[in-house]
Amino acid sequence: MNFETQWLQTFFGLYNYWIVVALMMCGLFIVITDGNLIKKVVGLTIFQTSVFILYISMAKVTGATAPIQIEQGTAVYSNPLPHVLILTAIVVSISTTAVALALIVRIKRAYHTVEEDVIQRWDVKKRRSEKRSKPFHE
Amino acid sequence: MLSGIYGLLSASLFVVLDAVDVAFTEAAVGAGISTILMLTTLAITGRYELSRPSIRTRIGLLLVLVIGVLLIYGTLGMPYFGMPENPANGHVAAYYLENTEQQIGIPNYVTAVLASYRGFDTFGELVVVFTAGVAVLALLPHSRDGFVVDDMQPMKHHLILRITSKLLLPFILLFALYVQFHGDFGPGGGFQAGVIFAAAIILYSMLYGLENAMQVISFPVIRFCAALGVLLYGSVGIVSMLKGGNFLDYSVLLETPVAGQHLGILLIEFGVGLTVAAVMVCVFFTFTGSVVSPAKSARVVAARDGEKTQGAP
Repeated sequence: MNFETQWLQTFFGLYNYWIVVALMMCGLFIVITDGNLIKKVVGLTIFQTSVFILYISMAKVTGATAPIQIEQGTAVYSNPLPHVLILTAIVVSISTTAVALALIVRIKRAYHTVEEDVIQRWDVKKRRSEKRSKPFHE
Repeated sequence: MLSGIYGLLSASLFVVLDAVDVAFTEAAVGAGISTILMLTTLAITGRYELSRPSIRTRIGLLLVLVIGVLLIYGTLGMPYFGMPENPANGHVAAYYLENTEQQIGIPNYVTAVLASYRGFDTFGELVVVFTAGVAVLALLPHSRDGFVVDDMQPMKHHLILRITSKLLLPFILLFALYVQFHGDFGPGGGFQAGVIFAAAIILYSMLYGLENAMQVISFPVIRFCAALGVLLYGSVGIVSMLKGGNFLDYSVLLETPVAGQHLGILLIEFGVGLTVAAVMVCVFFTFTGSVVSPAKSARVVAARDGEKTQGAP
């Protein structure tokens, strides 16, 4: 086997993981570089989808059908277990995303911004002013 | 908009990968509900952001590239795509495929694993969904029986949209029920049916306004349903314990184990569907109820205070 065919085999054997890695890194990039909280949630959602695809692609068996029993004879089925895990994970992920977005709405109410660094600056300022005013109160 | 397309695309990808049940869920959640939640949040928080120093982006890009290359290097040791002898396909998965026919007696393996073999796991997931609904209710303001109803314009001018959706709505609801109760035999089940049902109600309230939707399904009823579904699921488990089996072991519910499994799966799937649909609608109502223009909310609060002072003396 020469080098080229080996490389091609590796590519077609592993390209599902590479797609997952690419998506995952897109998500991570948004989460760590963007200061806007909503964009962070979007990044997390993309990250989550990459994990879904990782699980589902691992369950796939080439030439198999969906894991629903056919009437007669035997067939090769894909692995049902990851499907179950991801099925529930999708619904859970939308619920947790809803909680995150609700938190963001509350942050917007309290700080009038959804930018992470602005919020931190606010907090620091507030803490300083509290420190300064403490002896006065006592 | 893009996130809706993204959801739809990943749903079709799941169909190609044989995961039809997952595709159902993703189509309803990714393309429908999550897009709407994002848009609603953007409507509340505004859609502008600060520009940031590019140094942060560069460091992030570098970090991400390094991690990505390391991960791809790691995948070189992974088993190849689609091979039947991959380690993920051994162990319990093979057991489920071999024994479902005798022990559970339903053709959809995914439902069998979800509702029966891993029933306790699914119960946990359902409780997470329920808790998330409670958390959203706790975080966002709402009154006991509903909301300060907003002044968002229902789409009065979009006649074509309104009429076609009106025609579609009964079929969406019917389809949700089909998915719910046919989940043992074809792709479907409580989670999918719940999100499809919720999507129908969300479509209705988008077209006709929150006020009208609340008249169809009142807010206390939704909250009650959300709790009822979890309660139903848990009670099935307790009943099976009282009958001498393990928690969520449906075999003891009726005379024959297979009939018991059928009944148990039907009941808990109904519980799942009820809670998921109720929580989704509840989250949507709470979010949309929070989109109130400041002037309007001030007016409403003033009116309410006026009533109080009038009633007080």
